[in-house]
Amino acid sequence: MNEAVVPARPETRWQRIRQSNIYYYFLRDKVAMVSAVILLLMVAGALLAPVLAPQNPYDMAQLDIMNSELPPAWSEEGDSQFLLGTDDQGRDLLSTILYGTRISLTIGLFAVILQAFLGIVVGLTAGYFGGRIDGFLMRLADIQLSFSTMMVAIIVLAVFQAAFGMELYSRMAMLMLILVIGIAEWPQYARTIRASVLAEKQKEYVEATRVMGFGPGRIMFRHILPNCLSPILVISTVQIANAIISEAALSFLGLGMPPSQPSLGALISSGFEYIFSGTWWITVIPGIVLVVLVLVMNLLGDWLRDVMNPKLYKG
Amino acid sequence: MLLFLARRLIQGLLVMLVISFISFAIQDNLGDPLREMVGQSVSEAERQQLRDELGLNDPFLVQYGRFMAKAVQGDLGTSYFFKEPALDVILGKLPATLELVFGATLLIIVLSIPAGVYCAIHPQSWFSKAILGWSILGISIPVFLTAILLIYVFSIELGWLPSYGRGEVDLIFGSWESGFFNKDGLLHLVLPCISLASIMLPLFIRLIRSEMVEALHTEYVKFAKAKGLKLTRIYYLHALKNTMLPVITVGGVQIGTMVAYTILTESVFQWPGMGFMFLEAVNRVDAPLIVAYLIVVGAIFVIVNTLVDLIYGLINPTVRLAGKSA
Repeated sequence: MNEAVVPARPETRWQRIRQSNIYYYFLRDKVAMVSAVILLLMVAGALLAPVLAPQNPYDMAQLDIMNSELPPAWSEEGDSQFLLGTDDQGRDLLSTILYGTRISLTIGLFAVILQAFLGIVVGLTAGYFGGRIDGFLMRLADIQLSFSTMMVAIIVLAVFQAAFGMELYSRMAMLMLILVIGIAEWPQYARTIRASVLAEKQKEYVEATRVMGFGPGRIMFRHILPNCLSPILVISTVQIANAIISEAALSFLGLGMPPSQPSLGALISSGFEYIFSGTWWITVIPGIVLVVLVLVMNLLGDWLRDVMNPKLYKG
Repeated sequence: MLLFLARRLIQGLLVMLVISFISFAIQDNLGDPLREMVGQSVSEAERQQLRDELGLNDPFLVQYGRFMAKAVQGDLGTSYFFKEPALDVILGKLPATLELVFGATLLIIVLSIPAGVYCAIHPQSWFSKAILGWSILGISIPVFLTAILLIYVFSIELGWLPSYGRGEVDLIFGSWESGFFNKDGLLHLVLPCISLASIMLPLFIRLIRSEMVEALHTEYVKFAKAKGLKLTRIYYLHALKNTMLPVITVGGVQIGTMVAYTILTESVFQWPGMGFMFLEAVNRVDAPLIVAYLIVVGAIFVIVNTLVDLIYGLINPTVRLAGKSA
């Protein structure tokens, strides 16, 4: 937008970022910087899993059951071939974790995109039109929120699993997880957006667009929405972290990803059966990865909230 | 206030109606009640006759009406596996789950209020920084992982506490099996309650802290200080009272959430409660039991939420006014 108005001072996007407040605060907050670096490393590791992983955990031909339950390389019985040890099926734990992080992140990201899409449409509509539509949609959001996401997700997935049988279910598990987590959490976005729309609606530029004769759709999406983006950004970080936790919990209950294609939660779950016999690493190492992943996202979310300080919906 | 109450009740009933409808649709599509009753060896003609007699060929809405008529009288069908009325099976498991939720709630109240208030009063002290740092870590650890780590440390490595089941239980009030009144039962409660509490505890500490910080900046607290009242009295009596309003609303919703998380805790600790039973019912495709669980849990959610709204309306005068003017 700026480039068009002031052609004399061409700015690249990178320069704009470097001059922004956020970048300034970012350089002064060690916790945020460390979290961002760790998050970037983990995302890179997940994206490059096929290149980085020493073994393809989905390829049964590469597995050898004789290698199962080997401890990490630094302990006495460890094998230097398997840095973090192996799981019950003889898969290299490092490779499985890289691929698992990939699955967890994918589900988290897509579930949040779905949440944001539904929430933005509902929130904009409720806030912009007000009145009865607003009352009805927000009542709906209240009711949906009063049933916890976890409960709804467990029940829906459990019923689907019982109805379809394990075989078919495990093939569509990823899609189901995204849909369920995505649909269950839309009120979070809807409430936040509605609150900012109510504030924006009073401003003069909205009045101006109305006078110019634009339709409600155009005003909502082209003019009001861009001004509501900062609260969306703030809750998105935390929501992705929450979605990843939910996914892990569902997979732990056996309602999520199948053992042949494990996410972090499914890995922890498969290791839990062996923890009583002293095979701690199958549970603990993916557990640490999961906690670190979620922790850095929560820390970044906290930091973003402090910096941007949007009026989040409270209570 | 009456109007407010009536509107809440109607809303609750509507929600229960929707839940019952969904539950019935599930039961209708899940498994075949005939196979459960007669097995494989009956001929097709006899099956059809039985279907007619049982009314399984009636239109969906007629069947739903029949289901509702029975449900209102407390008959939610018979569990395929236990061969007992589904509602009885669930009510038999309810005490175990409620005791878990009660224990966890107790832990949360006892720990979160002092911790939250302390963090608000001494924002610079290392101890409150430690509490807040721990709380963000606590939010990031999924409950089943907390449970597994607790089992690994306290049951496997140290061997201090039992890792599964309820242990010894006593009968109180005739039918309620309780683990609160003997040492073995209490020991079995420790780890599951800590795990269940661990999800909500950080949330409440942060909530109480931020509300308390807000309360400390108000005029009446300054006035009370100027008046020379004892500081502990100001903090724990005057300021805390106003902090509790939002805590009650959030708390009510979270009690419902805790029922959901009991499924996770119970499955890790093999706690013989409703959640564990639900997962088993799903594995056995025990449709009546699944449906009964949905309805009971739905009812718990609706009742808790309505109660919270009511209590909130009673103690917060602004809500009372809104109810009157509407």
